[in-house]
Amino acid sequence: MIPLVLRVNGREHRIEVEARVTLLDALRDVLHLTGTKKGCDRGECGACTVHVDGERINSCLALAVMQEGREVTTVEGVGTVGAPHPVQAAFVARDALQCGYCTPGQVMSAIACVREGHTGSDDEIREWMSGNLCRCAAYEQIVAAVRDAAEAHRA
Amino acid sequence: MRDFDYVRATGSDHAIEALAARPGARPVAGGTDLLTLLKDGIEAPEALVDITGTGLGAVEHGPDGLTLGALATLSRVAADPAVRASHPLLVQAVESAASPQLRNMATIGGNLLQRTRCPYFRAETALPCNRRTPGSGCSAVDGEHRAAAIFGWTGHCVATHPSDPAVALSAADARVRVRSAGGERTLALDELLRLPGDTPDRETALDHAELITAVEVPALPAGSRSCYLKVRERASYEFALVSCAVVLGVDGRKRISQARIALGGVAARPWRLVEAERALVGVELTAVPVRAAVERSFAAAEALPGNAFKVEVGIRTAVRAVLTAGGAR
Repeated sequence: MIPLVLRVNGREHRIEVEARVTLLDALRDVLHLTGTKKGCDRGECGACTVHVDGERINSCLALAVMQEGREVTTVEGVGTVGAPHPVQAAFVARDALQCGYCTPGQVMSAIACVREGHTGSDDEIREWMSGNLCRCAAYEQIVAAVRDAAEAHRA
Repeated sequence: MRDFDYVRATGSDHAIEALAARPGARPVAGGTDLLTLLKDGIEAPEALVDITGTGLGAVEHGPDGLTLGALATLSRVAADPAVRASHPLLVQAVESAASPQLRNMATIGGNLLQRTRCPYFRAETALPCNRRTPGSGCSAVDGEHRAAAIFGWTGHCVATHPSDPAVALSAADARVRVRSAGGERTLALDELLRLPGDTPDRETALDHAELITAVEVPALPAGSRSCYLKVRERASYEFALVSCAVVLGVDGRKRISQARIALGGVAARPWRLVEAERALVGVELTAVPVRAAVERSFAAAEALPGNAFKVEVGIRTAVRAVLTAGGAR
């Protein structure tokens, strides 16, 4: 077991993990932050998307021990039920989900997509959101939500 | 996934030392390919040497070209204003690879060393595959080989190299700087990435404790035009069926003065169309003569029953990429 300080959503956590534990498993199983979802566990679906030092990554392909000294942000760190992040509000307003399993990853990816400025057209949004699959195929509504959030961000 | 020891290297010397001390150790940086290989039991190293703290991530540019630190992420390479200005084909290739999340993790050095996507190599339950288990046979030759190679393969292995950036780097005549305890050397991509022969498990020319430190990309010839064209079965987030990188010189009479063409998805490394490059010099930038020149390189193409269509796809992709680079479509 390797002792580790993991900084998540502004809080430091002192934990011990095996070297093979992914950031995703550390978040869910050790810190019990279960908002981040495990879908494919292969970097193919994007359900596990979190931000590390402000950039979106697949937490299923990152080792927890390699995140020391970095700032991890999960869906628990971006908004609350009472005060949702503007991207979360846009997902609600556009009904951009059905079962909701992919939604935390979609939201984390969308926040980064808006911040990066890859929202100039619906085609550009589709390309830069292509790392997040939605089994319910709410894609039209997701694109609309990202478009709305980008417009609000620019205003 | 089997557990392993974890070593955090503080510099490239330390990393090389740590690797040399343990034959079962592997370097890790972005981890996007390695983690999937570990999860599927395709690799089971006794230790991982984390090289992300070795300071090899800089993107530098000078009059002779670019130096991409091995640890520069794909996102970082594609976002660099100097890279965007000087090597648009590399930006196109990088941005067509993987997904935004993966590009934020994956490094340019690791991208070159990623392993094939052949379904037998990647099988969750091990199947005969000479690349995965030397001597076990090749399941793809008589099995599913729709995406398999049409150049440079043998009965021992028909797998392709999946990288997009490598194809653009090949057309740009990039060289890879590597370092070991014995010192530094630079390799062309064709030297770094081996064809299968009868030892497909030996994929690269790197020694066990040898690290890629940088990719050197020469400036493109003055006035040249370039393009990266990727043909795939989904619009995004998919490996290439065939891709093509072109660097083209065009004279004042719309004739080709110089051509460098690399194909992806057709061999165990980016495949330069050497005969076509020669035949294209002096050729008018229109579809019929360009196709005739491109076909010269396809005389050597060898397909299996399931991937015979890739010969025609390869020719058309190369022709379209040449015409697009030249501004003729």
